[in-house]
Amino acid sequence: MNATAQRRLLSSLFVGACGFSVLVALVPLALIMFFVVSQGVQALNFDFFTSMPKPVGQAGGGMANAIVGTLMLSGLAALLAVPIGVISGVYLSEYPGTRLASVVRFASDTLNGVPSIVIGVFAYGLAVLPFKQFSTLAGGLALGIMMIPIVAKTTEELLLLVPGSMREGALALGATRGRAVRTVILPAALPGIVTGIVLALARIAGETAPLLFTSFNNRFFSTSLTQPISSITVQVYTYAISPYDDWHRQAWAGALVLITIVLGCSVLARLATARVSRLRTR
Amino acid sequence: MTEAPTHVTHLPPRPTVHRAPGRDAVTDSPVKVDVRDLSFYYGTKRALEHITLQAQTNRVTAFIGPSGCGKSTFLRTLNRMNDIIPGTRVEGSALVDGKDIYAANVDVVELRRRVGMVFQKSNPFPKSIFENVAYGLRINRLVTARADIAERVEESLRSAALWDEVKDRLHDSALALSGGQQQRLCIARALAVRPDVLLMDEPASALDPIATQRIEELIYRLKAQYTIIIVTHNMQQAARVSDHTAFFWMGKLVEFDRTEKIFTAPGEKLTEDYVTGRFG
Amino acid sequence: MESHFQEELQTLQARLLEMGGLAEERVRSAVAGLSAGDTARLSVVAAGDEPINELHIEVDRRAFQLLALHQPMAVDLRAIVAALKINTDLERVGDLAVNIAEAARRYLVHPPVKQLIDIPRMGDIAQRMLRDALDAFVRRDLVLAQHVLDEDDKLDALKSQIFRELLAFMVRDQATVEPALDLILISRHLERIGDHATNIAEDVIFMVSARDVRHHADTLSGQR
Repeated sequence: MNATAQRRLLSSLFVGACGFSVLVALVPLALIMFFVVSQGVQALNFDFFTSMPKPVGQAGGGMANAIVGTLMLSGLAALLAVPIGVISGVYLSEYPGTRLASVVRFASDTLNGVPSIVIGVFAYGLAVLPFKQFSTLAGGLALGIMMIPIVAKTTEELLLLVPGSMREGALALGATRGRAVRTVILPAALPGIVTGIVLALARIAGETAPLLFTSFNNRFFSTSLTQPISSITVQVYTYAISPYDDWHRQAWAGALVLITIVLGCSVLARLATARVSRLRTR
Repeated sequence: MTEAPTHVTHLPPRPTVHRAPGRDAVTDSPVKVDVRDLSFYYGTKRALEHITLQAQTNRVTAFIGPSGCGKSTFLRTLNRMNDIIPGTRVEGSALVDGKDIYAANVDVVELRRRVGMVFQKSNPFPKSIFENVAYGLRINRLVTARADIAERVEESLRSAALWDEVKDRLHDSALALSGGQQQRLCIARALAVRPDVLLMDEPASALDPIATQRIEELIYRLKAQYTIIIVTHNMQQAARVSDHTAFFWMGKLVEFDRTEKIFTAPGEKLTEDYVTGRFG
Repeated sequence: MESHFQEELQTLQARLLEMGGLAEERVRSAVAGLSAGDTARLSVVAAGDEPINELHIEVDRRAFQLLALHQPMAVDLRAIVAALKINTDLERVGDLAVNIAEAARRYLVHPPVKQLIDIPRMGDIAQRMLRDALDAFVRRDLVLAQHVLDEDDKLDALKSQIFRELLAFMVRDQATVEPALDLILISRHLERIGDHATNIAEDVIFMVSARDVRHHADTLSGQR
């Protein structure tokens, strides 16, 4: 009985320790949420989404240009990263043992580890310097480069999850390898891949550093691809480092909008994934 | 039976009345698959040694043997499914309808259409029931008109004894079907492209007894139209469904004969030890 | 390691042998009782063959269970099918021993028709055939089984000879008709016992070699 009691004590100790760690990990998240929400809500109103920034000293104003800018930048990034990432992912899963695959995998992992500011500098050198012009395209390029390895990795992993028997089934019906990938394997993994892309978008939408040298900022409403463009993150950054209380409030509101977008994407992705896996296992 | 036994004064050199219990004796039918001296290698390891065997048209040929004996590998040489495994190699020849499927000019895609395959684990695509069956038709562009495809899908589902169970939900996901239904769907999918030969790799090993019985019944019915080759771990299943049985052991074909001969009076000691469970 | 199926199969065969021993003993007793004029002994044989009947039922039950529960194949399947058939033959042999004892008791009421020579000889041959058939079964001995088949001719010849001989007695002397008929019956029972031994030997050949030698089946069949 003594051994049992000892075992029980040890067990509850560990469970307690685990619970405590989780709590500690959650505290910063809760604090961030608390501050962002409590501070941001004060400046958040309908105007915030429809108005342009007001000059210093004038109360109110919004981030309409920055919200549109972030959407455009993310869209451009996805346009660049999704095809390249998905195709790389397909290659990695279809030809896992080849030399090229290991090169691609290594490159992708490395790219994933490159600090975002470095990617920003790279995009600056590639798309800003030659044209002597900050632009939406340059920003999209920077974010897209960041997104490629995430999409590639997700795609590879999800394709590997598709049972080999499905591939065999397609081949046994007379499908070529490419056909099997296109008509059976990719569709089977598609919901998961889409989820991965959404998560990648959420991740890059929150980036500031690569945009500082590329899309820069724009006080005016712009949808031009070749002009600088505002974005929520850069705008928040600009406001946050300013000495004005009005702008600080705007920065909190911007942060709240950004967090809501990212969180919304994540939740959406989670829900979609849950549905897919339920379908799978049935 | 007459009363008085007759006498035999000496033992005759060869046996042989072998009438299957409750079944008519198997008659010979034209050879469909003719394998000659086929060896198969995974890298340098020889997995099949000099297999020679004929599968007859409209007959069920069963491959039995312990795990790793090469029976599945051999089955997969017959539609060249092993081609997708890197580092494999085939020697000898395998003829389907008299033509060597390992000849240089053979179109593997066309071969796999003629030699269909059903796998151990049912593997429906994550598509609707209808699209699963139509898949082979679409990729091979065998039929293209919508009505023709629908007709062929129905015909195949009927052949696989699944039509009545799914006719009202053809456009539901195939993944919602039960295990036994999924396997019959995979059979329907294989039948849709109208193959000559149907290879089945332990098609009922993951199914419950009732579903297994349905698959076995189906196999029995399908042989009127197809040449069926089935790998099975279940000896009773081989005994129930097949006309000819091949016993494989360590990559060799030990014995190949009419099924009732293999299970009542095998010619080889190894076969006897295996079918009577004295193995190992 | 013996599987439990093999153990059960051996038990089945042991029961069958036990039954064979009892049947053989009864035939011996009946013939010996006749030769010695020992009516007490004959009465014991005629009283019935309860132990054989019990074994008959037990062997059937065991064989049936083994078939249903183990789905035996090949040599095991043949062994059980053979056991079922041998079982029937042995039970019939037991019945025939009773018939012989009864006929012998009737015969002994009358004065002897003649000195008994061929009937004890038939008894010996029939017993030996039975014993050899069972030995062949135990040892899976094809040669011995074939020997049993060959012996049956002798038995048939003796039966015909006895019949002719007794017919002559009956024609000469009406009084001998009843006892002579009993002797003819006994010779016929012994001949039948030989037939059952032959059946057993054929089943042994089937069990061991999977060859069906009944009714010249191998030469009759056109296929293969």
